Amino acid sequence: MPAARAPYERLIFELSAPGRLGHSLPACDVPDPDPAAHLPKELLRADPPGLPEVSEVDVVRHYSRLSQLNYGVDTNFYPLGSCTMKYNPKINEDMARLAGFARLHPLTPDDAAQGALRLMWELARDLAEISGMDHVSLQPAAGAQGELAGVLMIRAYHLARGERRKKVLIPDSAHGTNPASTAIAGYAVVQLRSDESGEVDLADLERNLDEDVAAFMITQPNTLGLFESRIHQITELCHAKGVQVYMDGANFNAILGLTRPGDLGFDVCHFNLHKTFTTPHGGGGPGAGPVGVKAHLYPFLPAPVVVERDGRYALDGKRPQSIGKLQAFWGNFGMLVRAYAYIRTMGPDGLRAVSENAVLNANYVLRRLEGDYERATQGPCMHECVVSARRQKRQGVSAMDIAKRLLDLGFYAPTTYFPLIVEEALMIEPTETESKETLDAFCDAMARIAEEARSSPAAVLEAPVTLPVRRLDQALAARRPRLTWTPTAPGAGP
Amino acid sequence: MANVPADRKYTREHEWAKAEGEQVRVGITDFAQFQLGDVVFVELPKAGARVTSMKTFGVVESVKAVSDLYAPVSGEVVDVNAELGRTPELINQDPYGRAWMLVIKPSDPKELEQLMSAADYERLIAQAS
Amino acid sequence: MRYISNTKAQQREMLGVIGAGSIEDLLVRIPPKARLGRPLDLPPAMAEMDLVRHLAGLARANASADDVACFAGAGSYDHAVPSPVNHLISRGEFFTAYTPYQPEASQGTLRSIFEYQTMIAELTGMDVANASLYDGGSALAEAALMAHAATGRETVVVSRGVHPLYRQVAETYGEGPGLRLRAAPLGEGVTDLGALRKAVSTATAAVVVQYPNFFGCLEDVAAAAEIAHGAGALLVVVVDPMSLGVLVPPGRLGADIVVGEGQGLGVPMSYGGPNLGVFAARQELVRRMPGRLVGETVDLEGRRGFVLTLQTREQHIRREKATSNICTNVALCALMATIAMALLGRQGLRRVGELCVAKAHYAAARLGAVPGVRLRFPAPFFKEFTLQLPRAPERVVKRLLRDRILAGVPLKGFDRAYRDCLLVAVTEKRTREEIDAFAAALGRAVA
Repeated sequence: MPAARAPYERLIFELSAPGRLGHSLPACDVPDPDPAAHLPKELLRADPPGLPEVSEVDVVRHYSRLSQLNYGVDTNFYPLGSCTMKYNPKINEDMARLAGFARLHPLTPDDAAQGALRLMWELARDLAEISGMDHVSLQPAAGAQGELAGVLMIRAYHLARGERRKKVLIPDSAHGTNPASTAIAGYAVVQLRSDESGEVDLADLERNLDEDVAAFMITQPNTLGLFESRIHQITELCHAKGVQVYMDGANFNAILGLTRPGDLGFDVCHFNLHKTFTTPHGGGGPGAGPVGVKAHLYPFLPAPVVVERDGRYALDGKRPQSIGKLQAFWGNFGMLVRAYAYIRTMGPDGLRAVSENAVLNANYVLRRLEGDYERATQGPCMHECVVSARRQKRQGVSAMDIAKRLLDLGFYAPTTYFPLIVEEALMIEPTETESKETLDAFCDAMARIAEEARSSPAAVLEAPVTLPVRRLDQALAARRPRLTWTPTAPGAGP
Repeated sequence: MANVPADRKYTREHEWAKAEGEQVRVGITDFAQFQLGDVVFVELPKAGARVTSMKTFGVVESVKAVSDLYAPVSGEVVDVNAELGRTPELINQDPYGRAWMLVIKPSDPKELEQLMSAADYERLIAQAS
Repeated sequence: MRYISNTKAQQREMLGVIGAGSIEDLLVRIPPKARLGRPLDLPPAMAEMDLVRHLAGLARANASADDVACFAGAGSYDHAVPSPVNHLISRGEFFTAYTPYQPEASQGTLRSIFEYQTMIAELTGMDVANASLYDGGSALAEAALMAHAATGRETVVVSRGVHPLYRQVAETYGEGPGLRLRAAPLGEGVTDLGALRKAVSTATAAVVVQYPNFFGCLEDVAAAAEIAHGAGALLVVVVDPMSLGVLVPPGRLGADIVVGEGQGLGVPMSYGGPNLGVFAARQELVRRMPGRLVGETVDLEGRRGFVLTLQTREQHIRREKATSNICTNVALCALMATIAMALLGRQGLRRVGELCVAKAHYAAARLGAVPGVRLRFPAPFFKEFTLQLPRAPERVVKRLLRDRILAGVPLKGFDRAYRDCLLVAVTEKRTREEIDAFAAALGRAVA
């Protein structure tokens, strides 16, 4: 981002001037344009809403300047663990914007939406093949919704068998959405320990497995970047007690074409299309979180389901055992188009190369960092690695300080303080789309920061200094929340 | 090194309890506020509510964490510190004094005696560090 | 492969540094029997121009609003998207940015969300709005969960005027926490207030009405507020933000929580997603609000800046104590809406609403004049209305597609009581010619 000139500081409301307009609307071509002619006066608001009055030029300049205050994958490397900030292909954007997709109403009769329905059906089939699952629902709007759908389906499955199990087992290394989704679904969460190697502690699992456990949720590979190597044992132990096994698909980028949850004994998994399948993060969404199931869970899928008969596609809403709906319509179709385009672009060999290169890149970064930062795990990692800034903490520099200093050096920060079981954790996922040159530049920056921590920590502790703002007061924001703009007193200036 | 006044009792969950005649005043320890970081909000029950020994009575939030608050003794809440709603940062500044949270009329006087002494609590937090 | 930068030579070099002979050596933790022993059974990789041809073919097989005059609504609308929206949100720093957890590198996203929150709070007449939820349906579900947590009560009374698909989402979300949804019936297209009063009790966490409702009719929100508050329950109002330039906002009518679907504000219909879940509430409820919130603060040098705040309500800190599991908002869709609202501005959103009202009433009059067709409900409406047809509405819709008209949404699939009804939406984009053509075609179809 251009840092030399003074950073742009305005809010759109501060550009407002009475009478300016940025819209273009035609004159009313039907009689009685005044709403008072049609609606009772008491329903009509007397004053127009307090939106800003700005010209189109103001709007374009303002939001263009705002965009320049951001980092993005298009401009910067994002080593964020478990986020898979890989390149977002531009052809996907063009395809999602085709009028036949973007301008299609969701309640268009099935016969007039065959292209959309076919795309959804094929994408569901492709994701089923990629995951080794039997059926996929494309409805959940994000990974967290996919998780909720998965846990609710497991709940419905047990209820249908006459069982009211009450607990779900989750490792202490799990992402926060796992216990949150589980709690929303009405289960009690039991946390399992990880062992010294970072994998699930099998003894702790066995101790906690009983017939009151509905499910075991696990990320594969786990959040330390390690493939849970005893996974077959884990799923067998669970199934012996009638426990369903759920895979959080956040780390799917590690295993495309190499292994599949369905072959490892998983009953349900979700996909994060905004991670592995390149749909853009958008500054925090929208995403899409399809969920895949084995055949025994098919009756419980969210409704409607896309079905195919004799080459015709339809939305089948007659699903009496369905868990219901996660969102009003059929899924984040705009994101489904992007994921579909990506899968067709890569093909089977391309997808496998994605994971192979993701694993290669992560191991390269780990090797280059391990001189300065403590490894959290031994042996090769998968597509992401975790190091601890414990050594730097003893020099007075925390993981957060390192993150802020990286921002100064032109990189987005890795994930910090997650997983919770590693002290001063830094979780790094380079992804396969980054070049060796970029990885070297990042590792050089990390080495430089380690040196600064040793000899001149002020540079790290005061970071960032080159961005539009310095460190921000989070406590003030939380104690005295100011969540909307209010005009300052007249004459007080912007 | 965290401050642990000798004139009161402590729980394993880092609350303190001070006898004041028939009543017990309750708050969280210096160690707890340090672990939490900048406190931004605290949720407390209303006067008249009943609390149960070692069950939660509220929540304290910092920028980075949320912690349950556990009642050291059972009984009825007779007073709640209204200042904490306006100025939650008092908990960081004066956890044993101005940032008291509740005054409880205890239903079982033996419960207070069963809590940890200052010396025992000091040993507990020394292990945790 | 154009998305993978490293060449074979570089891969070898990197393996050398790692000390591995091949990438297979890095995969040793995967047990051999877990390895997929064959390529994935997917179509082979497509070159870009072949992909374009393939997807253009799939796109052409859909009757989009470019091909037909769209009179379908029911939660997704063909409103005009001002031209700068797509250009601005396509800037790489917006659409390829991550969630703003490192605020210093995300001030663009954070400041625009703060603007979004301000505009939505203003439009709805509420104190505070969040950074958006997934869609109107899940926003309603989150409101129900929030009312349950805030009041400790388990029943939510939902008017039958609320979108049936939103109600289904609330039921799905309510399974785990044991929420009970009770229905309050309609009378003449709006909530029967007498029946509502009987349905509400001290076990009611919230009353939910939609304004305009699913059938297009305008509800008496103030009366619903009085009934809800009288029993100590919250009032949740489901809104159409496009109407709030013209209608009195629910914040002035007693709403405690306002939710809705913001898709009309610059977000493409896109066959039903992604959407824009609007969520706003009164100040006292702010710490219970789900989703992300952006707050204003200062940096070390006193400069104004913006951060995600009150994060301890969220899943990544509260974990199993979180009252919601939502992790993303729909940031890019919220940005579309922010830009659209800035372009429309004070006067523009009002003008859009006026055009919708005028055109919808013209259409209702022309269509209602077709022999055998009548307006089903007498209640006032904004941009949508319900017609009763003498022939099966699904067949009428199918027939009118041949005239390049998507006539509306047949209601049989939503409620069999209205199986002879068609829900028609008229936005500012529908011209008099299109409406007249619709009336003529309808006349032919039901003759």
